Amino acid sequence: MEPTSHAFKANAHRALGDANLQRAMTMMRTGFPEKRAQAIARLPEFEALRDEGIAIKNHVIAHLDFYLERFEQNVVANGGKVHWCRTAQEARETVLALCRALDAKTVTKGKSMVGEEIAINDFLEKNGITPVETDLGEYIVQIRHEPPSHIIAPAVHLVKEQVADSFRATHTHLPHDRVLEEPRVMTDEARSVLRQKFLAADVGITGANFLIAETGSSIIVTNEGNGDLTQILPKAHIVLASLEKVVPTLEDASTMLRLLARSATGQEFSTYTTVSTGPRRATDTDGPGEYHVVILDNGRSALLGGEFQDMLRCIRCAACLNHCPVYGAIGGHAYGWVYSGPMGAVLTPTLIGIEEAGNLPNASTFCGRCESVCPMRIPLPKMMRQWREREFSKRLSPATQRWGLALWAFAAQRPVLYRQVSALAARVLGFFGAGRGRFRALPLAGGWTDMRDMPAPEGKSFMTLWAERQRKTRRVS
Amino acid sequence: MSEARDQIFGDIRARLGRGRLDPAANAAAEERLNAHRRNLVPARAASLDHAGQVALFIAEAQAVDTTIARVANAGDVPGAVADFLSSQNLPARLVMTPDPKLDAIPWDARPMLELRRGRAEDSDAAGITGAFAAIAETGTLMLISGELTPTRNNFLPDTHIVVLRASEVVACYEDGWDRLRTAGAMPRTVNFITGPSRTGDIEQRLVLGAHGPRRLHIVLIDDAGG
Repeated sequence: MEPTSHAFKANAHRALGDANLQRAMTMMRTGFPEKRAQAIARLPEFEALRDEGIAIKNHVIAHLDFYLERFEQNVVANGGKVHWCRTAQEARETVLALCRALDAKTVTKGKSMVGEEIAINDFLEKNGITPVETDLGEYIVQIRHEPPSHIIAPAVHLVKEQVADSFRATHTHLPHDRVLEEPRVMTDEARSVLRQKFLAADVGITGANFLIAETGSSIIVTNEGNGDLTQILPKAHIVLASLEKVVPTLEDASTMLRLLARSATGQEFSTYTTVSTGPRRATDTDGPGEYHVVILDNGRSALLGGEFQDMLRCIRCAACLNHCPVYGAIGGHAYGWVYSGPMGAVLTPTLIGIEEAGNLPNASTFCGRCESVCPMRIPLPKMMRQWREREFSKRLSPATQRWGLALWAFAAQRPVLYRQVSALAARVLGFFGAGRGRFRALPLAGGWTDMRDMPAPEGKSFMTLWAERQRKTRRVS
Repeated sequence: MSEARDQIFGDIRARLGRGRLDPAANAAAEERLNAHRRNLVPARAASLDHAGQVALFIAEAQAVDTTIARVANAGDVPGAVADFLSSQNLPARLVMTPDPKLDAIPWDARPMLELRRGRAEDSDAAGITGAFAAIAETGTLMLISGELTPTRNNFLPDTHIVVLRASEVVACYEDGWDRLRTAGAMPRTVNFITGPSRTGDIEQRLVLGAHGPRRLHIVLIDDAGG
């Protein structure tokens, strides 16, 4: 998808005024955090499991070449194939070539964020192959020609009336005046439409939550079972995965899985956890005839050894989105690309550049909830700060902000001047604000006072009060 | 695209500030890979005796909308299946995997059950399978693909009935992997199934039966004295 991250402020503004979105986000803000808290309260070992999960990921990152090589060997030993892709373009072309070799007309898809990242649907469609998203949320956003707004709940920005409208517009074989009020009825309708797509598809594409070096397996985690019908029924199963998804053993994957569902949806375990190894065996009566794993780098190897390396631990659980006050207020589309929320604010600039995505690391109150709920304890606020520093040093931040900071820095380096200016400002503001105690508008501070009032100082600066206090205590002693 | 492969591995090693792993580090990683060492396993199931694990499995499975009927022996299974189908107003027509484990059950005792042995098709409304193991920790079934256990039978029918033996219940996923490694090579597909299919994609309202089965029913044979 074409990024609109540069227009974040306008996007966010629009989002705040969108009544349907605001209704949907209100439901979202309470649901996920409560369920996560309940699941974690049931598992006394959760914190210890986090530490073990982090150790596994850090070990893999330090030995990434070793485990990727071993993964490839074991995929091949089981009759599958691995395709290495440096860029989104290479990955798109690889998938297209595989589909063409099978003379594919339609492709079913399980939810894949790497698929979104490489915009595989548009590319296949342009080349005459019909991709069908099968996760209910992904299907809804596909028929609405929208990108997903959340990495695990793609249609979380919609209310059911919008879904009903889209179903009516798309499923024209059904009576137009049918009743579509309940999620149950809409789910049944999508189920029967998509069941036929599953049965007709030539190729199934899924993502991967983990790749296992020991066995050459890929793992997907779903609740609907769509990822399973996607990979069992067609002639070939293509797995889209980024290279940091590899873990050493089935035991390591088990530890990661204990963290994933609880952090994501607050479930003890997702309904379907599926481990796929190679194509169907000679004696099997079902399963795909071919198994391909497309491994994408797309800028990830460049994170190794740098200040954003820890981001490679991310398991895409979305806990940081679910607990973020900024995400909760504006939803995912405002972020303007595939990944949103705190993880998106850190990852997006690494993948599409700080020039395009510089606004995202600024979309944070630094409340720290993201880091506190991240199962991998990724220091997201620190990384957003690092992006802000880079943005500043690359002179990408707005001129008024740069001038303001330069002015502040000039004064802050001259303590006497700083004290005089701040004391004067406190007195002046205190004088004018004395009546009401707050300001509705202030010159040069419209960005602040448009949305909220500025409290009026009480007339003395902190430094003045401190000096007075010091004098008093000295007198007493 | 071996050029891409070479570049990716070259970039990884360059960023990690080394060439290929040195022999000692390589041997250590190799050892870690082959040892299958367990990480922390929660005490929830591991601290229980087998009867406790079976009880935990039942409680966890029921908490995610799986229904369970316990029977004393294989002879009671056909009756339990028939009772479940009639309680749900479902026709007594089923597709059954040709799994030898299911052959020991005296299906003929209930001639009203119409069984077709084989691979499930879209028209099959209900199906019966066995399971490879069951994980007490989270009420999870572990099923594997094979010549006599096609994976599609776990997903296509609207109603999935699983005949499970108490002796197949283990504490944790790691126990399941150990059993699988003992049984032989890695199958094409391992399915961990925890409850019937579900979605919350419309306003986060839970709806069962998104694409996979709407109903997951386990007939549990108490063969372990548990």
